[in-house]
Amino acid sequence: MTLAADMPARADSIFRQNLRNFGHNRLAVGSAAVVVLFVLMAIFAPLVAPHDPNETDLFRRLQPPGWADGGEWGYLLGCDALGRDIFSRIIYGTRISIFIGAAVILVATTIGILAGLASGYLRGWVDIVISRLVDILLGFPYLIFAIGLMAMMGPGLVNIILALAYKEWVIPCRVVRGETLVTRELEYVEAARALGASRGHIMMREILPNILSPVIVVATIRMAHVIILEASLSFLGLGVQPPTASWGSMVADGRAFILEAWWVSTFPGLAILLLVLAINVASQGLRDAFDPRFHE
Amino acid sequence: MNAPLLSVKDLRTVFDTRAGRVYAVDGVNVEVRRGECLGVVGESGSGKSVTFSSVMGLVRSPGRIDGGEITFDGRDLRSLSPQAMRAVRGRDIAMTMQDSLTALNPALTVGEQIGEVLEAHDETLPRARGARQRAIRDRSVEMLLLVGIPSAESRLRQYPHEFSGGMRQRIMIAIALACRPKLLIADEPTTALDVTIQAQVLELITDIRAKLGMSVVLITHDLGVVAEHCDRVMVMYAGQVVEEGPTRDVIGNPAHPYTKGLLGSIPRLSLRGQPIRPIEGQVPDLINLPPQCRFYSRCTVRKEVCKSLISMREAAPGHQARCVRVGKDSQ
Amino acid sequence: MTDAPLLQVTGLTKHYSGRRSLGQRLSGVPQTVVRAVNDVTLSVRRGEILGLIGESGCGKSTLGRAILRLHEPTAGKVVFDGTDVTALGADDLKKMRRRMQIIFQDPYASLNPRRTVAEIVGLPLKLHGLAASDEEVRAKTAAMIEKVGLKANQLDRYPHQFSGGQRQRIGIARALISNPEFIVCDEPVSALDVSIQAQIIELLQELKTEFGLTYLFISHDISVIGYLSDRVAVMYLGEIVEMGPVDSVLSRPRHPYTQSLMSAVPEIDTVGRKSRVRLKGDLPSPLNPPSGCKFHTRCPLAIDACRSKAPLTETVGDGHVAACHRLAENLSLLESTEA
Repeated sequence: MTLAADMPARADSIFRQNLRNFGHNRLAVGSAAVVVLFVLMAIFAPLVAPHDPNETDLFRRLQPPGWADGGEWGYLLGCDALGRDIFSRIIYGTRISIFIGAAVILVATTIGILAGLASGYLRGWVDIVISRLVDILLGFPYLIFAIGLMAMMGPGLVNIILALAYKEWVIPCRVVRGETLVTRELEYVEAARALGASRGHIMMREILPNILSPVIVVATIRMAHVIILEASLSFLGLGVQPPTASWGSMVADGRAFILEAWWVSTFPGLAILLLVLAINVASQGLRDAFDPRFHE
Repeated sequence: MNAPLLSVKDLRTVFDTRAGRVYAVDGVNVEVRRGECLGVVGESGSGKSVTFSSVMGLVRSPGRIDGGEITFDGRDLRSLSPQAMRAVRGRDIAMTMQDSLTALNPALTVGEQIGEVLEAHDETLPRARGARQRAIRDRSVEMLLLVGIPSAESRLRQYPHEFSGGMRQRIMIAIALACRPKLLIADEPTTALDVTIQAQVLELITDIRAKLGMSVVLITHDLGVVAEHCDRVMVMYAGQVVEEGPTRDVIGNPAHPYTKGLLGSIPRLSLRGQPIRPIEGQVPDLINLPPQCRFYSRCTVRKEVCKSLISMREAAPGHQARCVRVGKDSQ
Repeated sequence: MTDAPLLQVTGLTKHYSGRRSLGQRLSGVPQTVVRAVNDVTLSVRRGEILGLIGESGCGKSTLGRAILRLHEPTAGKVVFDGTDVTALGADDLKKMRRRMQIIFQDPYASLNPRRTVAEIVGLPLKLHGLAASDEEVRAKTAAMIEKVGLKANQLDRYPHQFSGGQRQRIGIARALISNPEFIVCDEPVSALDVSIQAQIIELLQELKTEFGLTYLFISHDISVIGYLSDRVAVMYLGEIVEMGPVDSVLSRPRHPYTQSLMSAVPEIDTVGRKSRVRLKGDLPSPLNPPSGCKFHTRCPLAIDACRSKAPLTETVGDGHVAACHRLAENLSLLESTEA
């Protein structure tokens, strides 16, 4: 009987190889570090922020950034119209952006995976119902859909998450359905059926692990979108209600003073830009590492 | 003329991978004589396809030619500019690929794809636009008829997916032959085809070779195909040529243990009832190869001297093998 | 052997209907039907290897899968060891799956790339409750892996760390671990290199003897079938055109299709070209199969009757049957080449 030529003894899953690929992309790793920094900032906001984000001080109304004339280094990025420290509010605002972004993606991806697997593997009327629903939801412009829902449900943290997740699940659902349609035809799925495996086993244990990579990549890319959407809702006053600090509402707050006090809108705007950019670059890196079609 | 049409000396093609350097082709010598059909036999990883992609100048990164001489019709191909090499490809040497579905462009009609080759290489075409178009069409029709595709005129306007696998293989041969090359390299032309279609395609290649007087290199893993269609055969193993000679000698009287093993491991209709004997073990990893006989780990007649570099030895006139047991000075 | 066959397939048919859009249905566009397997009757005796040969698209893989109900048959009956498999409910079918297994052609696609060898091979034990504990699963898996020629210390590796031949061994271990009696081998060696192919053939033979298995061995390679099988069935466009003991069929093929298949095989021993039967054209589309005898469009012996009437299957020797209108004339396409 033949014995195999010896290979490296360490088991090496595809997932681990992908992570190693990701590690070779310095720009992506740097961006991921920026994202992690934001997350840490959100978690440890009370320790990082120099001031209470909601403490008003009318003497510091529209105070410029620390390096400008009339600024104080203790209030690094200046103060808003109510004299609140912008730097501290940005730090607390990170909590809202990241929490809502993560929560929406988590809810939407979970629903999307279940619906997509059922649609792609079971086919038949399940597929018809889910696919039509997806088509209908895709027909609505995202922001207007969310605005309508918020107007109906009223503002609030949970309602924002629901309003965004209502439509967001469509995106992972379509990805999962497409990948499932391809994967279900592969022989290892047929092999599992031949062994007597149940449909649940096949969907969750044979198919899902093989389609998770694109789902993770899509989830990270979409997280950046959701953060922008949340900021847009807050900007329109439909998001988190004052006085809770949120980047979108902070940009809105500074609108009236954009000429005399540019810093009030600009710094939260930059925070949105930086976080969204970092997530996008990191997710590009993930896509390159996880998707063999992009391998050179 | 006695000079060979193609002569490759000591060719080395390497691939630099993260795991290390892979010696895919390691010191290969090939001679293709005018008008002959050379069979190149080997399993996956033997370097049979890489050898001829190297000749065509089609080795892609991370692979590169590390050394050796490639002389075609008196010209040193390795010294040619990329532009001059492009002119050689298609006009003087043509190659057909194993997978006819991916090797043909799905977005262009068959006529456009044959026309492209003629447009690029054929200097005999008239210059005037109308006459040129007509000449290209006539030549395309002629090529399809040559490879046995009926109603060629209308077939020219069809796309590759509208043809069966056997027909696509014929079309690829038609494209390869459009400029009447001196050498056709057919890389596993029939592996993806059914036996009855395979027989048609191979006979087509043999017939056209006789008709056009060109040389053919037939890359295959099927010794039966070689036995029926090739004048000479070259057996490759792990990046090296291990045996070469006239087909009748190599198959009737194999000198290398690998060739013997291959012949013994194939079930044959004519030898039904006789047991087959597999070659145990696997092809060695082409990274970090020790300087010894490449077949050492699987050889049943190995000796201590095999743990050194082995050169080709003559088994009979024109028949050589890379084994210490071959020839007069064998131990 | 005089006892009842282990597997009796009667009139098995598998048609695939094409999808029509609502508009097409309303405007009365007829449904397209691919007749992949058409009224196939065969039996496999316990302990034998029935070779099933045919070209791509002839329905041989579909037949193998329809027997296992991996694809639901459109019509016909499959009786395995006295049980009508086609009539089984989901639970009974699951129990039956333990006894009837399949080995696939593609050693790359048939193993889940995200599971370790231990998980892949151990799955049947868990699904059918064949081991009391995880330790027992692991022990049995390790024993099976060694049976097919791999090492127990390779259990925690992933499929991509193995070569094609080794992966095929993993697929064989998975099929055999639930101790089945009948295996459909669907082109198990076609994707492998020549020297590895011989290793796997040898392994399948050894395992057959050791476990007392019965194989339906599907292949397009007549030499492999001729080497392995006890009996052989030749399939063309969804139908069996000739079937019988391997010696009888291969030494005296009676159907012109079998004869042309045999003449098309390149033979190592005939250096130089052998003259062969040239079949015209390609395999017709199973979407729109020819009338009468389905082989008539390519058959060098076709006469008018072949175009209008499908031939009946007739006995031509001891257990040797064929379906051709011109059997009585005893024609052979091969005689000229053998002489």
